[in-house]
This record gives sequence, C-alpha cells and structure tokens, in this order.
Amino acid sequence: MSSASDELRPRGAEERLVNPEVAKAGDESERGQDGGRLAHAEGASRPLSAEPAARREREPQPRGAKIRGDRPIDQAEAAERFLAAPLHQKAHDERLWDLRKKRDAAAHGIPEWEELRELASQIKAHTLSNLDTYLEQFEAAAKANGVHVHWAADGAEHNRIVHAIMRDHGARTLIKSKSMLTEECGFRHYMAGVGIEIIETDLGERIQQLDAEEPSHIVVPAVHKTRLDVAEVFARTLGTDPDNDDVHYLAESQRETTRPHILSADAGMTGCNFAVAETGSVVTCTNEGNADLSGNVPKLQIHSIGIEKLIPRIEYLGVFIRLLSRSALGSPITQYTSHFRGPRAGTEMHMVLVDNGRSARLGMEEFWTSLKCIRCAACMNTCPVYRRSGGLSYGATYAGPIGLIIDPTYNKRKYSTLPFSSTMNGSCTNVCPVKINIHEQIFAWRKVLAEEHYIPALKQGMMKAAGAVLARPAAYRAAIGAADSALKVLPRFAVYNPLNTWGKKREMPEAPRETFHAWYKRERLKKTGQDA
Amino acid sequence: MRVGLFVPCYVDAFEPEVGIATLELLERFGLDVSYPFDQTCCGQPMTNTGCHAEAAATEALFVKNFTGFDYVVAPSGSCVHQVREHLTAIPQTPEVKAVRERTFELVEFLHDVLKVEAFPWASFPHRVAYHANCNALRGIGHARPSEIQKPFFSKPLDILRKVEGIEIVDLARPDECCGFGGTFSVFEPAVSAKMGYDKVADQSRAGAAYVVSADSSCLMHQKGCAERLGMPLKFIHIAQVLNGAAA
Ligand code: SF4
Repeated sequence: MSSASDELRPRGAEERLVNPEVAKAGDESERGQDGGRLAHAEGASRPLSAEPAARREREPQPRGAKIRGDRPIDQAEAAERFLAAPLHQKAHDERLWDLRKKRDAAAHGIPEWEELRELASQIKAHTLSNLDTYLEQFEAAAKANGVHVHWAADGAEHNRIVHAIMRDHGARTLIKSKSMLTEECGFRHYMAGVGIEIIETDLGERIQQLDAEEPSHIVVPAVHKTRLDVAEVFARTLGTDPDNDDVHYLAESQRETTRPHILSADAGMTGCNFAVAETGSVVTCTNEGNADLSGNVPKLQIHSIGIEKLIPRIEYLGVFIRLLSRSALGSPITQYTSHFRGPRAGTEMHMVLVDNGRSARLGMEEFWTSLKCIRCAACMNTCPVYRRSGGLSYGATYAGPIGLIIDPTYNKRKYSTLPFSSTMNGSCTNVCPVKINIHEQIFAWRKVLAEEHYIPALKQGMMKAAGAVLARPAAYRAAIGAADSALKVLPRFAVYNPLNTWGKKREMPEAPRETFHAWYKRERLKKTGQDA
Repeated sequence: MRVGLFVPCYVDAFEPEVGIATLELLERFGLDVSYPFDQTCCGQPMTNTGCHAEAAATEALFVKNFTGFDYVVAPSGSCVHQVREHLTAIPQTPEVKAVRERTFELVEFLHDVLKVEAFPWASFPHRVAYHANCNALRGIGHARPSEIQKPFFSKPLDILRKVEGIEIVDLARPDECCGFGGTFSVFEPAVSAKMGYDKVADQSRAGAAYVVSADSSCLMHQKGCAERLGMPLKFIHIAQVLNGAAA
C-alpha cells in the first residue's frame, strides 16, 4: 500500500514548485503525531511569506465574466482577462494545485479510498432513487424534534419563506455561514431589497460580500484574490490599513468588526452538508466554527437545505465525513462537524427544504447523478482550465467541472457555452469522492446543446463542413492533395476561423513535404503495382 | 495476423514520419499490415464538439475501411478513445461493434497484444519527459493516473524503458493536461496556450531534452508553445523512438 503512494510524488517535485508568495515548505508551526505538518484548514494550504506589501508588485484584481441577461457567457473572454493578470493567475493555480496534492496525499493514505468512493456513490444513488421517501422521513423526524419544516419549490420561494419567518419575529439582522444554496437563490440580494442586514461569518465569503462579488470557489470563496486585494477591500469597507496585508491583521480586523454583529443578530442561518433522514438533523462541516456561531448564538435559527443533501442514516455519515475534507483540502476532517437537531430551550429552529431545479434534474437520464455532489470542490482544484481562468469567469453560481454540468440545468441558453470550457481530460471524474462521471457528462451536454442548436451556428457549420469533407475520401484528398500541403486543409481542421487563433499564441506546425498518404502511394504501392 | 493501420488525419497531414514509423515498427514484428487507402478520420473533431449527426458519415467510412482486420492499430490514444467510446453516431451493427472492439492504440497493442520484450534496434540516449495524452491515460487506461489509489503501472513507460539509453525525467505535474483538447485549442486559445506554456515549462525544468508522447496532437500543440517561448525542447512520437529513430 505504501509503495503506491510513494510513486505519486515525483522526486524533487516539491522544490520545483516555486511561487514567490509561498514560504519555504519547512514550516514547523504545527505538526501531528506522525511528525507530518497538519493541514486541517484552508489557511494551512499555503504558508504565507513575510514580504511586506509595499515591496510587492500591485496588480488590479481581474473581474469575472460579463453578464448580459440570458446571453451566453463568454468564459473564454473572462479567462483571457484573468490570464492577463499573471500574479493572480499564478497564485490561484499554485494554491489550488497545492490543495490537489494535499488531496492526493490524504486520499492515498487510506488503503480503502476507492472503496469509500464507491460506497458513497452507491449511498447517494440509493438515496436519490428513493428521495421522496427519505424527504418524508426527514420531515417527520425534524417535526418530532420540534423543528418547523418548510418546503420551497425554487429560490424565490426560499427567500420569501425566510423573510416571512424573520418578519414574524421582528428580526432585522441575520448572521449566516457559507451556503452555495443561498447563492443559488440570490438570497443576499433579495434580503438587501427588503431591508434585512446579512453578515456572512465565513471569512472568505465575508470578503466576497464586502467586495460585492460572488464566491469564485465553493470551498475557498475568495481564492482568486491576493492578500493585497483583501487589504484593499477591507480598507475600503472596514477602514483598515490598505498597506497592511498581514494575514493575521486582516483576519483579526474582520473578526473584530464582525463579532459584535454575531452577538447582536436577531437570527442565524446555516447551509447544510448532510441532512440525516432518520434523525431529522442537519450536519455542517466547517473549519472556522462559523456555522456554530450562526446556528447557536441567535434565538432564531434557520437551516437552508438542498433536497439532494439527504442521507438515510447517521451511520452512513462516516463514509462522507472521511471523504469530504480529504477531497476538499487534504485534511482528515474539518475542524467542526456540527449536528443541529432541535431548538435549544427558549429558541426556535426552522428548516427550509429547497428544490430549485433539483427534482427536474433527477429526471434527466444522463445528468441526474450530478445530484450526488457533496460540494467538496476537488474537481475544481484539479481542473487545469479552472485553475487558469478563475471561478468568476464562468459567470455562474457553480464554476469549474461541477458547474459545467449543472449550470445548464438552470439556464440552457445562458450557460450553453460552459460545457465547452473544458478539455475533457477526466481528472475531475477521478478525484470526485462520489464518483460522478463529470467529464462524460460534459461530453453528453455538448451533444444535447448541439442537437438543440444552442451552439453557435458558425461552429456547427464548420463541423458540418468538416464532416462532409472527412466522409468523402476524394474530397479529403483533394483538400490536402493540391500541393500535397497540409496547410491547405489546416484552415478546416485547426484554424477554421478567420482569426487564426492557433497562431496567435503558438507557432504553426510546418507543413511536411508530403502527407503519409502520398508517401505510402509513392513508396509502397508502386512496388506492388496496386492502384490508388 | 492481419492488421489495419489507421493514420489519423493530423498525423497524415502534419506528421507523416509518425505514420511511417508506426508502419515500419509493426512490420518488424512480421505482421501483415495494410493501409486502407480511403481512410480519413475517426470523427473526433465533430463528436467532441457535440456534433454527432455531422460525424455519422465519417464514422461510417471509418468502419467501412477497417472491417475485416484482426486488429486496427493507430498511433493515437485520443483517436482510439473516440473509436472505442464515442463512435456511436451510427447504428451499432455487429460490424461496427467488431471494428470498435478490435481498434488498439499502438502502445497498448505492443504491450498487451504483442507483449513485446525488446526493441534491439532502438537506442535513445536522451533525457525524456513522457507526455500522457489524457484520453490515452484516463480514457483507455495507459497508466494509473495520479488521482487514483491503485498500484502504479504505466504501459508507455514499461515500453520506453526497454529502449537502450533512455532516461525518463520526473515532472512536477506528471499527468496534468497540456491544454490541446481538440477544438478547445481553437475556441479557448488563451487558456489552451497557457496550459501548454506551463506544460513545456515543467518539462524544461525537469531537464528533458525530448518530449515523447503517444499522441501527435498534444505534441504539435506543445511544440508550438515551446517554440513561442524559445525553449529548446524537441518533440517526438513514441513510434519513432521505438522504431529506432536516431533523433
Ligand atoms: S462534483 Fe464531485 S469533486 Fe466536484 S464538488 Fe461535487 S463531489 Fe466534489
């Protein structure tokens, strides 16, 4: 078993990965029983250098995709702008690759890793196939625990329900922990419109809230920002020193300004990592303990739950807990795994079960298994396209591989381009702890989108033309054969748009003297007298 | 054993030496190798773009050309992956199924079918970075990808290590995609090129003089990137190395 994991680490690889912002690998600060450095929180994924901010180059933070209503997102355009900010791009790529390597080390430290993935995948498949039963069981158990249970068909209904709960209690302020579901629902935006103040308690999410930007990553929402960007945001919104980007200073400043809100908030909200049908309880996994603050401090607590978060029994939770943080950050477990079951004395607990397109997705033969997702972001961390484009380039709540396969279910036209923002290399599928065949679903989406004419007519026209030439040997040979030069046919195969996008960034291949076909005809056929 | 040689359109047009090396290499093992003259392409450019209907006639032509062979061999993991996994735009008759099942990528054909022990005519005394095409690696199972918890194996490295003098260097990101991705390289040129730049930088830092791969398409992309960056890396297909290219 150990030899397999040894082979994963190419010799000398650690030394070669140099990021100017990354301190030396020999950080002695925290070590576990085996002497290995503990990597239990996102902050540990990338030791920060002590280089003062003033001495480092400043680079404005690239912003995300341009959103123009339902018009298809131009991910390539936004990615190009991200790449034009090399300090950001490099830090982003290396930080996420570091998480991928930590994931490998953690996963390969467990001999039964692949069995766990299979088990998790099957538990999810079973639950999703019997979702109605488990949802009813969950509701009954939660009610028996004294919880108020609500059902929301979509994001708008979720927002209205939460607003109504708050209104009934005269609540005006809400602290919440990070939840992708509430991002989906446009919750913060809605609540701002009805005069309710929301404070995000996850540090990364708080940064994004203060900067009025969406999260770019589902586990580390501000991973696309450098510390200098954060210093700039805090200086602008919290009045801190713009030149001090010391991570402890920044985190402390945020904490100092947020804590009073936590203590005085009228209501608290969390998302949900797992909802256990037999116990009616909600489980959250965090490293900052902020879900506990959000859930346990105010007298009114609300949990928003995507209906796909169900698992049947508490005993299955261990399978997912073992996979989740190892896949996400390479740590054995998150700092906090919190179970919320019923209201504390003198408080009220609400759970909102949200569909928002999930039951429709459950009916999609090729795509329903995307509902197994436990939002670990391993597929994003490993995705070479994501690491080089930034999560905001996708212009959607969900970026990266998982985004490519679920975003079109929310809006086919707007997200029709996203399944093409991939090389379909398959690494995402291999890291996915619940074994979603992500890259095959990307491939399947392309087919659906082409069949329904959601891809540009120009692109489809090119493919039709290419297909016509390739299906007729004579036409194909004529296309290449005129000067026996590949450059004749190159416009069709490689640069079939007039802008020569290949040659802008790469040297063109040289056209060989003759094709293989011509060589074969000259060298081999004349000997046998065979005619071509 | 009757072998049909499939020379993918990219190889035919841009890298004829790879086709020649593949043919000569197979003939060294005494195989009866034919090159069906009406072949063009496997259909991959269309299916990868979602255009299956547009690929159907090309797929049908592929099957017509390669019916009746014991094996179809191609020097491309990516095209073989297309044939094996995605040649589905036409009705799956027994004929179509037979061709799909009998189509092998060169390395796996040498490794699994011929079980070649030695390449005595070949010598390649150079530091080599091996590039795993993603379809070859994760699609048709050339090797154990770094994500998976299984004992390590690699068919291309097993085969390459039988060549005298070769030295394989270790990459920091051994199986990271190089960004070619077929039409991705054209429709997402900035990200594609950046992935290519990072790939050749990794190979260069590892001290490679040559990059060897079982797929010409990745090599063509990487070569274009290395030349643009002014890196003195050289790129060569595994068929050429195994056939005894002097380099
Ligand atoms: S698709 Fe898989 S790898 Fe990606 S976030 Fe979901 S569970 Fe994690």
